Amino acid sequence: MNFDLTDDQVALRDGIRSHLEGRFSMERVREGFDRSMFDELSEAGVFSLRADGFSWADSVVVYEELGRACVPGPLVGSAGADAVVDVIEGRGGDAVWVEHLASLDRLLTIGDDGIREIPAASLVGAEADWPLDPLTPAHRVESLPAGELVGTASEASRLLNELTLLTAAQQVGLSAALVDMSVGYAMTREQFGRPIGSFQAVKHMCAEMAVKAEVARAAVQAAACIMDDPSTGDEMRSLHGAKIVAGEAAIMNGRTATQVYGGMGFTWEVDVHLYLKRAWILETRFGSADSHADAVAEILPPADRSQR
Amino acid sequence: MDLRYSDVDEAFRARLREWLSSELPKLPEQPPRDDWSARRGWDTDWQRRLFDAGYAGINWPKEFGGQGATPSQHLVFLEETTRARAPYVGVNFVGLLHAGPTIIAEGTEAQKTDHLSKILRGDEVWCQGFSEPQAGSDLAAVRTKAVLDGDHYVVTGQKIWCSYGQIGDYGELLVRTDPDAPKHKGITWLMLPMDLPGIEIRPLKTVLGSSEFAELFLDEVRVPVSCRIGAENDGWRVTNVTLSFERGTAFVSEMVDALRLIDDLSPYVTDPAYRRELGHLAAEMDGIWALTKRNITQAARTGVMGPGSMMIKYAYSELRQRLGELSMKVLERDVLAVDAVGEFVEERLRTLALTIAAGTSQIQKNIIGERVLGLPKEPRP
Ligand SMILES: Cc1cc2nc3c(=O)[nH]c(=O)nc-3n(C[C@H](O)[C@H](O)[C@H](O)COP(=O)(O)OP(=O)(O)OC[C@H]3O[C@@H](n4cnc5c(N)ncnc54)[C@H](O)[C@@H]3O)c2cc1C
Repeated sequence: MNFDLTDDQVALRDGIRSHLEGRFSMERVREGFDRSMFDELSEAGVFSLRADGFSWADSVVVYEELGRACVPGPLVGSAGADAVVDVIEGRGGDAVWVEHLASLDRLLTIGDDGIREIPAASLVGAEADWPLDPLTPAHRVESLPAGELVGTASEASRLLNELTLLTAAQQVGLSAALVDMSVGYAMTREQFGRPIGSFQAVKHMCAEMAVKAEVARAAVQAAACIMDDPSTGDEMRSLHGAKIVAGEAAIMNGRTATQVYGGMGFTWEVDVHLYLKRAWILETRFGSADSHADAVAEILPPADRSQR
Repeated sequence: MDLRYSDVDEAFRARLREWLSSELPKLPEQPPRDDWSARRGWDTDWQRRLFDAGYAGINWPKEFGGQGATPSQHLVFLEETTRARAPYVGVNFVGLLHAGPTIIAEGTEAQKTDHLSKILRGDEVWCQGFSEPQAGSDLAAVRTKAVLDGDHYVVTGQKIWCSYGQIGDYGELLVRTDPDAPKHKGITWLMLPMDLPGIEIRPLKTVLGSSEFAELFLDEVRVPVSCRIGAENDGWRVTNVTLSFERGTAFVSEMVDALRLIDDLSPYVTDPAYRRELGHLAAEMDGIWALTKRNITQAARTGVMGPGSMMIKYAYSELRQRLGELSMKVLERDVLAVDAVGEFVEERLRTLALTIAAGTSQIQKNIIGERVLGLPKEPRP
């Protein structure tokens, strides 16, 4: 057992991180997702990781970095695709919110009968005037077209698991970036003649954030290792768990970071809100923490009414 | 990065499992919780069985009588013994997880020869006399004074919260040898033979109604200089070596135990809202367990504990508090009798201490903030 990044994984992480730092500054990120961003990420190999022989453990390392850099776009749905793709849970006739509709080539739906494909051109909906996350445009599609069946039910649940994992990895990245931002601010912002990070109330907020991020990273990487080799653990339990702790880490760290920044944390200018808003949105994708917690509880020994 | 146990590890697991299934049924009945000499006997009997079967000191180096197990085998050992509900380290905790490793790291050859194999065989029980009434979180404020007199230190003072104090053969003792030096610079680490004249032990009753720990009153106790670990006045550094073992694997079996408790509680949890909460807690515990695996691999690979090692105690102990509260809600009126249903209420009581002992959660967060995140220390008044 070596439950730590290998040298190759460290290189992979550092490589993608420096690429993102160089090419995806917050200034650019704040302009939102567009085709050039997709092409560039595609070129960097982000969407072909599995085809290029990378493991799930490698993939979560990369997706964590995408989260850390707050890169917008349907990054999870486009994994493994040669086009801009998003994937949602739903079926024909549903009223749904679709993210990034204007940039999509196609939308996949995961339903009971399998995976269905809907060409983006056949999706019509009104764009939200005021999207929660300014970098995630949202369209209200009143009636989802049925689409064409392109994958079986078991392929659908496989896909759902993979996308859940990559989403959780992004959530870890958000949560970790929020720690770094908060610590950086706490070291430099002074009140009462000293850095606010020397006040225990602030220090403890930072410590709690760091623990959340670290536990979430371990959970997500464990789930990825188990997906790579299902004999090493309970695949579904670890996956549900990863989405739970990563989602909670991202949201809690977003809220806590807002607090650490004080009034600045409530401004449009400081990036914290972009991270928190993304965290809230990712929480709605592929199952909320509560729905996954229910699923974990299903895996635990069953409730036995005769005991009560 | 993987979670794969090697074939060698799996063979180790199979052999251990087989041994546990044949050995555990042979154990005598567990003694009553407040009969400390019987508890000592029971816990050390188990230690002796481990020793005889070649499992004692699983992660201690081979040259000191341990098994020199790889980190993954150590995990296998903890997983399997906990799952099989084998006895907990109990009164052997301080010796095996604290004092022994400190002697290995800092002791002289003679000290190693005198103590290590006895600890491994269950022949020597240790207790920890660090805390004092005026020195809890601020451990470096210890006042118990030791004055050199020939080849003895004459020790006078008071210790408190000394776990297993009433049955220990030796105590880990922090004393002040230089009252004029800055507080971190005047401390010395001594092995205290608990049968020396001048030691009075007064058991303290805990919220469980039993006496897990005691007060020690030391009145001109003559401790041989040969009992000193490390140099005089270098005791704070040695203390940090001792405490670092708590960041290693000292609490790992507690964690496997928490996973088991979640399974045990689950049948009682019928209310969907509580089941959801249990699902959350199980997920967090799985994450903490994964972080433990991370910490153990990192320490083995690099010899240095990673940031996660400073977080694990805080994360685990706080989770344990929440699990305890959930048990209380789930059991409803059955909480009126501690032993009405399973071990849940007793565990709720016991785990109240987890966020206090071995550094409170607040102190843990100071450590994470300062040592992991590099935030500035609070100015000293
Ligand atoms: C079950 C149990 C077993 C123990 N076993 C042993 C043993 O075998 N040997 C031994 O030597 N000791 C032992 N201890 C003692 C333990 O290490 C101390 O209780 C612990 O370090 C806290 O010290 P204290 O009790 O003096 O509390 P205090 O230090 O007085 O703390 C009281 C409160 O103040 C807070 N506080 C204190 N300082 C700060 C600060 N700087 N910043 C923020 N908050 C602060 C604490 O978090 C706590 O909430 C044991 C304790 C328990 C509960």
